Amino acid sequence: MSVDTATVKKVAALARIAITDEDAARLAPELSNILGWIEQLEGVNTAGVEPMTAVIPNQLRLRDDVIDADPLTGGGIRDALMANAPQAEHGFFTVPKVIE
Amino acid sequence: MTDLTELGVAAIRDGVRSGAFSAVEVADAFVVKVAKAKHLNAFLVETPDHALAAARAADAARAGGQTLKPLAGVPIGMKDLFCTKGVATTAASHILEGFVPTYESTISQKLWDAGAGMLGKLNMDQFAMGSSNETSAFGNVISPWRRPGSDAPLAPGGSSGGSSSAVAAGLCPGATGTDTGGSIRQPAAFTGISGIKPTYGRCSRWGTIAFASSLDQAGPMARDVRDCAILLEAMAGFDAKDATSLQLDVPRWEQGLSGDLRGVRVGIPREYRFEGSGDGLNYDLEGLASIGATWKAGIDWLRDAGAEIVEVSLPHTKYALPAYYIIAPAEASSNLARYDGVRYGLRDLPEGAGLQDMYAATRAAGFGPEVKRRIMIGTYVLSAGFYDAYYTQAQKVRTLIARDFERAWETCDVLLTPTAPSAAFALGEKSADPIAMYLNDVFTVPSSLAGLPAMSVPGGLDKQGLPLGLQIIGKPLDEQGVLNAGLAIEQRAGFVARPQAWW
Repeated sequence: MSVDTATVKKVAALARIAITDEDAARLAPELSNILGWIEQLEGVNTAGVEPMTAVIPNQLRLRDDVIDADPLTGGGIRDALMANAPQAEHGFFTVPKVIE
Repeated sequence: MTDLTELGVAAIRDGVRSGAFSAVEVADAFVVKVAKAKHLNAFLVETPDHALAAARAADAARAGGQTLKPLAGVPIGMKDLFCTKGVATTAASHILEGFVPTYESTISQKLWDAGAGMLGKLNMDQFAMGSSNETSAFGNVISPWRRPGSDAPLAPGGSSGGSSSAVAAGLCPGATGTDTGGSIRQPAAFTGISGIKPTYGRCSRWGTIAFASSLDQAGPMARDVRDCAILLEAMAGFDAKDATSLQLDVPRWEQGLSGDLRGVRVGIPREYRFEGSGDGLNYDLEGLASIGATWKAGIDWLRDAGAEIVEVSLPHTKYALPAYYIIAPAEASSNLARYDGVRYGLRDLPEGAGLQDMYAATRAAGFGPEVKRRIMIGTYVLSAGFYDAYYTQAQKVRTLIARDFERAWETCDVLLTPTAPSAAFALGEKSADPIAMYLNDVFTVPSSLAGLPAMSVPGGLDKQGLPLGLQIIGKPLDEQGVLNAGLAIEQRAGFVARPQAWW
């Protein structure tokens, strides 16, 4: 698979990573090379094979239906959650204006 | 008095218990050694107070006649992928610069509960993506090993390169690592130490910064097999906060250690020979020859320990690496979507930018080139129209790889393979070619995809005097079988080489 710069720009936009034209020109052959290499999987006969979902058989658990079953993942920790915010006001994360 | 930093985990634990020396003496000795080793760049943050507080607690417990905790008096290094409360945690990425967790990861908490103290946070490949520690945003880690007559800096392996460098240089008796496709085993092999990745689900992932969640496993790195068993016992165990944590008791691996392999069948996978495998990739043939000789020696040692050697076939081996480089980037692109400049970490808000521009600018400024590359590969293989051809097909191939191992277990109990295709390379030698770098994980990735326990132990030195590692892969949950085969090799390899201090 050969990836052109337009595809690189589209993928970068999907991934929310700003790139310049020079970045895209540099990345196109790099990504083409990697994707070309992984394409050898096309040749593997996987007819009737289920995709892997769990490497070790394991039952999905439900936690106890109580509030704050585990204090580490429970509520009432707003200050701790906000402590690393690049910008926060009045207990809210703030972002640039989204709606005019 | 002996240099306490020459001692491993078991010797320190036992010496503190018997009163041969105090825990504070041990912590002091390592703190000084860490402080003097800045040139290796193994530590991102030094936390002498944490190590000393744990040591004082151990000494006080002993003075008070209390039973000492399993790791009382043992100071360790903590890979910077584990969130540590009140101590900066960055995954070696600019995007998390300044992030100070308000909580403790399960793995680190378990180690503190067991009495261990922390010497500091260890450098690594950014978000654990790399095999040489060259993708860290905070500079390369340098291996304490050097080629004879050369001062060219060598790679300590990756992604747990700060851990491997620190343990090999004697800056800490043991360290935590994480392994997604080989990130404990390959750096252990490069630096002449031991490291084990347990069965997927043994160690909780809660509070560990995610790379590829279906593959990420924590594990210990230390100077010998016993020390790995001791540390793994403290790290493993059920955690309700991780949905994939296995609800199983932790075996007493240290107590179960035995290098007597009578009745054990050791499989030698023929596909790991890679002679003319025809996959068109540029292998380091001299490296392969070196590791081939060490592999042969390993087979002899295990036979000498009483094991029966059998040849096995893992026919889908050559597809493991390409499948991994679809699955891991796909999971990474999803996991790393959280770094958006809103809740934590870096924010880059260009003048007049809207929310979407802020996301893109933040991620462009915060992620390093290898992280961006993998996020983009992952985004591409998951995008509309390509999902089935890449991602679903890779997960099917993963099923075939797991089946290969299940078939092998019909005729053997553990597998012996090389850990990496060569000894350590020089920094900069492979960083220009991503695929050449990815090849480092060719022997470690298959067992990662199958979730199996696997470890690397030193097997010998190559012609240049650099360490080579041997890998043992076990059945699901059979860490004991892996550790025991590792011990049998350790007892026979006579690996005593240590890097000469130049740093």
